[in-house]
Amino acid sequence: MGLDFSVVPSYADALFLGVLWTIAITIVSALLSFFGGILFAVIALYGPWMIRLPFRFFAWLFMGTPLLLQLFLIYFGLVELGIDLPAFVAGVIGLGLHFAVYNSELIQTAILAVDKGQMEAARTLGLSRTQALIRVVIPQAVRDVIPPIGNNMIALLKDSALVSVIGVSELTLSAQLAIGRTYRPFEFYAAAAVLYYIINLGMEAVLRRIERRTQLSR
Amino acid sequence: MTEKTPFVDIRHAQKAYGDLEVLKDINLTVSKGEIVAIIGPSGSGKSTLLRAINDLDPLSSGEVLLEGVQVNKTLPHRQYEKHINEMRQHIGMVFQHFNLFPHLTVRENVTMAPKLLKGLSNAEADQLAEEQLAHVGMSERIDYYPSQLSGGQKQRVAIARALAMKPKLMLFDEATSALDPELVEEVNLVMKKLAEEHMTMIIVTHEMDFAASVCDRVIFMDGGVVVEEGPPSVVFQNPTQERTKNFLRKHLAQYAESSK
Repeated sequence: MGLDFSVVPSYADALFLGVLWTIAITIVSALLSFFGGILFAVIALYGPWMIRLPFRFFAWLFMGTPLLLQLFLIYFGLVELGIDLPAFVAGVIGLGLHFAVYNSELIQTAILAVDKGQMEAARTLGLSRTQALIRVVIPQAVRDVIPPIGNNMIALLKDSALVSVIGVSELTLSAQLAIGRTYRPFEFYAAAAVLYYIINLGMEAVLRRIERRTQLSR
Repeated sequence: MTEKTPFVDIRHAQKAYGDLEVLKDINLTVSKGEIVAIIGPSGSGKSTLLRAINDLDPLSSGEVLLEGVQVNKTLPHRQYEKHINEMRQHIGMVFQHFNLFPHLTVRENVTMAPKLLKGLSNAEADQLAEEQLAHVGMSERIDYYPSQLSGGQKQRVAIARALAMKPKLMLFDEATSALDPELVEEVNLVMKKLAEEHMTMIIVTHEMDFAASVCDRVIFMDGGVVVEEGPPSVVFQNPTQERTKNFLRKHLAQYAESSK
């Protein structure tokens, strides 16, 4: 029995819907991981110890355990605590927080690397430490880590396939459903791979644009 | 005759890093409109003293007063922060390495603090930026980023940024030391202009010619103490202290020749 890609077009609608869900979950999780990463970095560096210590535990949990396990915990585990999240929301929270922790590590290092003179100049103008962090230090730190954060976001896109296991009908699950009907795993997984690659190219193009736009402000 | 409150009053300023005493009981007053140069070898404590005036490098003991109000007050943290942020709005500072905000345009560098701290509207802030940048001859670069400017241009923008807060006092910490020689003059010209407008200025500098031509008074520091002070004509032409003479011999070609 040879390969037969002619079955793929008849599932184009389902796959296209899967692509849309993958893009949606990636964008929402990426935004959560970006702003969450900034917030976590600030907490880790400047938060009072009462917040910092539980946060450290939380960061360890998200960096030291598999993302798949975290998704199970959020989607199935929290139900026992009476928190029944829709699969999409659970997926976004899992992916977003997981990558927020990684982004936070990058941003913390970058904040500490911003020239000390920047804080001094802002303080001598009369800005408070918080104002100086928000207006001067953090924007520069974030600008400096846009390339590595971009790499994290591409990893996030690929890991978004994991949310198929909690039933979000994104690209991987759409492919699996099509395989279940046609028994053509190679054709549909290959099609999904091509579609992931295309989304990836789009994402890289967007990231390159953002990097270029911040070039002058260095 | 009643004693007038000095504009800047530094009393018994002392600072130590562990056993190393970098400022030893310094007393210094500056009058309104006066332009004072602080000179001395590196490690003499001159930058530390300057940075103590706005409490950027807090003193170990002693007081700094601006118009009779103590700058380095001992207060609970929150109250101190409020107090010092208010005081610093009146004390402009210019750094050796400019410290412009690289992620902001020239205009935004100048307007950020006034907008944030004085609640200026966009239109008011734009007008302020245009005025201040015209004053330092940088109007044409208003929408450039610092990375697109030369060192001299950056320092002129840094001066405009400080002036935009309408400070009562300007501190210059070796403002031209990091500049290529051909760029020093444009910054000196801006500082001279400020001097003509009677801005009160305290200038830490290595440039003796500039100190001699612009300043009302020269303070020579060495080893954490004020060794000698007076009008430039006296300190540069007829210093009384041996340490001053040695320093000038190295730094002032003119002096070396005339004292031969």
